[in-house]
Amino acid sequence: MSRQSAVGSRQGLVEQLRSAGHDGHPVRFSGAGTKLAWGSSVGGEEILRIEAREIHEHNAGDLTAVVDAGLPLRELQETLAEEGQILALDPPLGEEARATVGGIVATSDSGPLRHRYGAARDLVVGMTVALSDGTVAKSGGKVIKNVAGYDLSKLFTGSYGTVGAILQLSLRLHPLSPENATAAGRSSDPTALAAAALELSHARIELQSLDVRWEGGTGLVLARFGGTKASAPADDAAETMKAHGLEIEVSADDAEWWGDQREAQRSASGVVVRVSGVQSQLATVLTLTRDLGARVVGRAGLGLSWITLPGSGDPVATVGDLRRELAPSPCVVLDAPESLRGSLDVWGPRDRGAEALDQRVRERFDPAGVCAPGLMRVR
Amino acid sequence: MDGGLAQEAAETAAEEGPGEGVDIDALAAELRSICGTDHTLTHHDQLRTYESDGLLQYAALPGVVVLPATGEEVRGCVEACHRAGAPFVARGSGSGLSGGAMPVEGGALIALSRLRRILEVDLENQRVVCEPGVTNIAISEAVGPSHFYPPDPSSQIVCSIGGNVAENSGGAHCFKYGFTTNYVTGLEVVLPDGQMVQLGGNGLEMPGLDLVGTFVGSEGTLGVATKITVKVVPTPETTRTLVAFFDSTSEAGEVVSAVVSEGIVAGAMEMMDNLSIRAAEGATGAGYPQDAGAALVVELDGSETECEARFDQVVSMCEKGGAWQVRVAQDEAERALIWKTRKAAFAAMGRIAPNYYVQDSVIPRTRMAEVLRRIEELAREYDLKVANVFHAGDGNLHPLVCYDGAVEGEPERAEELAGLIVKACVDAGGSITGEHGVGVDKKRYMPSMFGDDDLATFQRLRCAFDPDGLANPGKVMPTPRLCGEVPGPYREHPLEAAGIAERM
Repeated sequence: MSRQSAVGSRQGLVEQLRSAGHDGHPVRFSGAGTKLAWGSSVGGEEILRIEAREIHEHNAGDLTAVVDAGLPLRELQETLAEEGQILALDPPLGEEARATVGGIVATSDSGPLRHRYGAARDLVVGMTVALSDGTVAKSGGKVIKNVAGYDLSKLFTGSYGTVGAILQLSLRLHPLSPENATAAGRSSDPTALAAAALELSHARIELQSLDVRWEGGTGLVLARFGGTKASAPADDAAETMKAHGLEIEVSADDAEWWGDQREAQRSASGVVVRVSGVQSQLATVLTLTRDLGARVVGRAGLGLSWITLPGSGDPVATVGDLRRELAPSPCVVLDAPESLRGSLDVWGPRDRGAEALDQRVRERFDPAGVCAPGLMRVR
Repeated sequence: MDGGLAQEAAETAAEEGPGEGVDIDALAAELRSICGTDHTLTHHDQLRTYESDGLLQYAALPGVVVLPATGEEVRGCVEACHRAGAPFVARGSGSGLSGGAMPVEGGALIALSRLRRILEVDLENQRVVCEPGVTNIAISEAVGPSHFYPPDPSSQIVCSIGGNVAENSGGAHCFKYGFTTNYVTGLEVVLPDGQMVQLGGNGLEMPGLDLVGTFVGSEGTLGVATKITVKVVPTPETTRTLVAFFDSTSEAGEVVSAVVSEGIVAGAMEMMDNLSIRAAEGATGAGYPQDAGAALVVELDGSETECEARFDQVVSMCEKGGAWQVRVAQDEAERALIWKTRKAAFAAMGRIAPNYYVQDSVIPRTRMAEVLRRIEELAREYDLKVANVFHAGDGNLHPLVCYDGAVEGEPERAEELAGLIVKACVDAGGSITGEHGVGVDKKRYMPSMFGDDDLATFQRLRCAFDPDGLANPGKVMPTPRLCGEVPGPYREHPLEAAGIAERM
């Protein structure tokens, strides 16, 4: 088990990272630690737990906020909600809903709102980072539109801390929707579910979220709308689902449905594979899930799916099968039990040129090679 | 830059050979063998066509201009430049407004205007793959009317998607829909050493670092994109557009704030001040009142029911906010005229003054009234006209400092005034550029936003992609910097010899 140290202050983290760089001992960065098992850790790194959690600014009129990386997302959302605003990121928050803004951004985790608002990369407008030689640098700014200098927040978002540590983030906010309504359609025919979801994804309607699910021999399409008149488009969406033979239901009291969708992106004991494909693969993903006896939740309009493999069977072989069936769409292993991690190929195959370029970038930013070395390396 | 790095830079230079400069004739011969004689230009008159981009006050004569026809030819050209140690600049339509595609004097210019094929339209998966020379508008035309490509710079009829990728272009609709970076999912890139890499793809979560996001907006300094995959989205069910006339920009600005705080996410909110209204009216004859202090264009799009309800709200907000005329577009032709008038504002400025500096600063929207007042004060102080036409939703101002280049001292005064306007915006918590890019034009303002450590960190990225500093050198960074690998004895770098870079 790796050594963990809690780092309360921003300066403390910069110092710890600098000394790690100096001594050449590897570190990883952690917020609440809800996703520490992700990636292909080589083990032995010291885990620096980032605890700075201040909201430095909430500029409601400008729809921006500046926060420390260690701030739990739920805490931020509570503050923003007081002004009728939201950071449009809703990934699963892990145990006791502790997941931090920095951890979510570093792993590029996302939830159903991604359909309408994009992912962390689309919502972070500026970043302050620390590098392993003690450099503290900022990029971007506090305004939502800005092309001055390189967009280093893109480099650090989803980097799993392999370039450096995220200290502080400037975020773009959105108004909370005054009303929500969701149309749900059920069926045990994966093809019908996929057809309904795809028709909705191309419809000239403004969806907030569009999800699918398959579990225990039956499936679901969920289409959520926001705005002042959310129920009207939800009724229309239900009609579309009905035309595909789905059993429909419309509800404004829909929080539980969406909470379940988020939860199903994680598994405490099973193997979760995230597929990043295209919309037209949806029927294949649902059918494969059915045939495997697995569970899936997916963002139908985005080609993203999270498949939780069944407890039985050989997960290593199953991951390989999924990669073959869904190629060239990347299938990345997220959650997996400790006992399996060594034998699973977490990231799967990748363009060698891009992989080499990643390494060149890391060598420049982290010449000491101490920032989560190997965590993102393909086999 | 610290001494160690300068020393390291010397080693790189040493490895590349003596700094005797670039043998441009030999390079031109090699480029000719790749792209053909007809597409390799070396005559002075031909070269002059390419000496500037959309920002005419910056010009430099390239040593050779080459017009490859395929990605593979681009790769060959870049590789030849790398072998020759020649700096190169990639150019799309040349409509950029930051001097980002201005050539390096005596270097190579790679014009991508012949790479204009749309390679794949996959509506089912909402993806389009195209070459960099394809115009922005051509993408929407290829997927319409069911879908569209949201980023819409005012120059969209001519500007290329490759240029949009380089600059991370925005447009009028980006407050709601986002920028180029939010729509590019994959890139084929020729790195500055001539190696070709695939970054990203169709999927949204590719393993590895987000080098697609990192490349977009890098202003041609990290390589040349030869294939671009973008996401297109379903066209909204309905679009409603109005233009409202106010006595002042501050009144109109209050309405913008009210709309935003009501939680209404407009497709676009654009403002023109009196000077811009007059200039644009002269160009399109839309019948805008010439005495209006401000024109505010608001466009809502989305589902019919939602849009109707929200639009009525906006109309009444305009009226309550002091608008003395609200004109609602009754059909597509009227809507098109509103947009034509808005997008004509830049080009029409010639009716107001022979020359102008266009700025692209961004401010937090809540500081708008205060910053616009400051700009007015400065304009009076400098006795110059400043027109304002801007994206009000996201606080992206486009102050146009008008001057007459024939009047002695006026260009210098205009430039100084433009600098003070940028400073006022940065002081208000904003940015020096929202969509035009830094290029050569705004690199001198970079230190007002970024400190030495920030700039040195930017340089790390550049060096990872382009250790020899050949891709669009002299842009973005306020002071040219060299990269290094291994410490060694001092030798002059080819770029130093050419006077492009200096050691700090």
